[in-house]
Amino acid sequence: MEFVQRIGHTSLSFIDTLGHMAIFFGKGFVRGISPPFQFSKIVNQIYFIGSKSLLIIFLVGLFTGMVLGLQGYYTLVKFGSEGLLGAAVALSLIRELGPALTAIMVIGRAGSSMAAEIGIMRISEQIDALETMDIDPIRFLFSPRLIASLICFPVLTAFFDVVGIIGGYITGVILLGINRGIYFYRIESAVELQDVTGGFIKALVFGLLVAIICCYQGFYLHRRPGGFGAKGVSMATTSSVVISCVVVLVADYVLTSFLL
Amino acid sequence: MTDQTPLIEFVRVKKAFGTKVVLDEVSCSFYEGQITTIIGKSGVGKSVFLKHIVGLLEPDSGEIRVNGVPLHELDKESLRHFKRSISYMFQNNALFDSMTVYENIALPLVERRQLSKDQIVKKVKSRVDQLELSDVLDKYPSQISGGMQKRVALARALVTEPKVVLFDEPTAGLDPLRKNAVFSMVHHYQKAFGFTGIIVSHDIPDVFYISDRVAILDGGKIIFEGSPMELEQSSDPIVKLFIGGEMGLIDQLTGLLTRTEMEQRLPKEFALSRAKNQPLKVALFSVGNLEEIDEHVGHIASHKIFQCLANEITDYFGPEIIAGRCGPNDILVLFPLNGKAPEQDANIEGFAKRLKQKPFMKKDSYPNVCRDFHILFAMGQFEQEMSFDGLVAALKKGQREMASLKCGRVQEKKR
Repeated sequence: MEFVQRIGHTSLSFIDTLGHMAIFFGKGFVRGISPPFQFSKIVNQIYFIGSKSLLIIFLVGLFTGMVLGLQGYYTLVKFGSEGLLGAAVALSLIRELGPALTAIMVIGRAGSSMAAEIGIMRISEQIDALETMDIDPIRFLFSPRLIASLICFPVLTAFFDVVGIIGGYITGVILLGINRGIYFYRIESAVELQDVTGGFIKALVFGLLVAIICCYQGFYLHRRPGGFGAKGVSMATTSSVVISCVVVLVADYVLTSFLL
Repeated sequence: MTDQTPLIEFVRVKKAFGTKVVLDEVSCSFYEGQITTIIGKSGVGKSVFLKHIVGLLEPDSGEIRVNGVPLHELDKESLRHFKRSISYMFQNNALFDSMTVYENIALPLVERRQLSKDQIVKKVKSRVDQLELSDVLDKYPSQISGGMQKRVALARALVTEPKVVLFDEPTAGLDPLRKNAVFSMVHHYQKAFGFTGIIVSHDIPDVFYISDRVAILDGGKIIFEGSPMELEQSSDPIVKLFIGGEMGLIDQLTGLLTRTEMEQRLPKEFALSRAKNQPLKVALFSVGNLEEIDEHVGHIASHKIFQCLANEITDYFGPEIIAGRCGPNDILVLFPLNGKAPEQDANIEGFAKRLKQKPFMKKDSYPNVCRDFHILFAMGQFEQEMSFDGLVAALKKGQREMASLKCGRVQEKKR
């Protein structure tokens, strides 16, 4: 009986949190697109989430592309189809690996930081201070991060895809000797607009989910059991990273099944 | 008490966190243009009280009224207007650590978008000059001292020229000079802008000098509400404990009971003596001319002398006696009724001998300012119950000098 009660309680709590998150998102989105616009804050967040992630995205994209090129070549060569390497690398990156790996990298770099920064503001009463100054804390803290994530994730994904394709080119063409023209010709003939838009839709959804989850974890840090002090911030940061990664992968599967 | 409608009024406000009731049907009024100070022990719920006014917390029951209208009945625009007219200075300052001092102070003005950039700069500069913060404008809060952080928080609270300012321990962590500067600034700003101030503070009695009204929060209730003068004249023992905080500390250092505790204890001892059919043995020890030492040598020296006498009494007569302060210079001793107390003459003779044999206090502490002081005593046995003041007055009449001391050494003994 107690077990059933616990399941019921957990389910209700889960649904409650989902509802709360939805309201949090709704408020953040509406306030983010309503005047007066917060251009400077959004630009700051684009710089933090986007520009500062470029190096890590470049490195991960490059080596992902190189590994794909290497693995793809030795698989395709068994069937005498190594000419399809460009198409294999580009489709893998654009459809799947680009959005997912970009999201996971940004979660690690910027998502955790969002949760920690907002969490510290919560425990040090900075969010309360905003309320007492009649400054809407959701608009002030969450909206710019949400809008910036929606802008940055697709752009970073595109950057990841391009760098990954260059990585595949380095291993396939420069190191393993595939014809350069065939590599690019196969990409051009295999990749369709639907693949590119699908990848961008995924990136948009991942950006949305990551911003909501990470900001929510920090913003409502005080609602969780033991959500006080440094330990509370650490718990919020860990949860934001773990939950975001899992949700991104689950969403990736769901979106892929709809997009294919 | 005034006849005007309170600007803010708490009506039977109750707030509990889990099973802990912090505010228990609290009723309290704050009047426009006045400074009200809320005092109370740490952790009694003073900050919780303030947070209700600004809407950070909502009462479980009861209501908060603004100009007679319950807060929850205000329309959206009126509520917004009221909130914009309030500033809150947090106990831990709540400064934005990723913003510079300038950005912190300017934030409420920037976000409200009602002023031009030049006007904002002018307003911030005015507050910054008054609070001597010009040198740290480009620094981050973590790069400046705690006292400066406090002043930045104060500047931020006042930059919007609010109608109501809530100060949550504005002087905590400040040195005495800065503390006085803060109180003086609050006072002058209040006179200049006429805001309504609500201050939570432990700086008794300093904060009373700038307060029009004082409220004491204790045990979840307002146990006193009135002017500082009314507070001073209050005969309520709990209220007296609050305003006698300094004396309370001295009594704790000397190990003596407070006057209030002695007043409560005396009737019980009389009842016990009646039950045992024995008279109550009491003694009164006083330090003569302690005020003179206080004036010429210093408050700490006079306190040390008083503390030494208290220690000698408790050391000599044992822990079973009931000793307490009954005046600035006087210690009343109630002897136990279990028959162990020695006869009074032998008792006092021995005590005088003890004073004679050992240095009363370290003379090296005050090498340049030697002053004579006298220990007076009186002893009596009482069968009929008397009031505390009556008992002390009766003993005072019969007091005689038992020792005269100079620079902590016994000079002579008179009987």
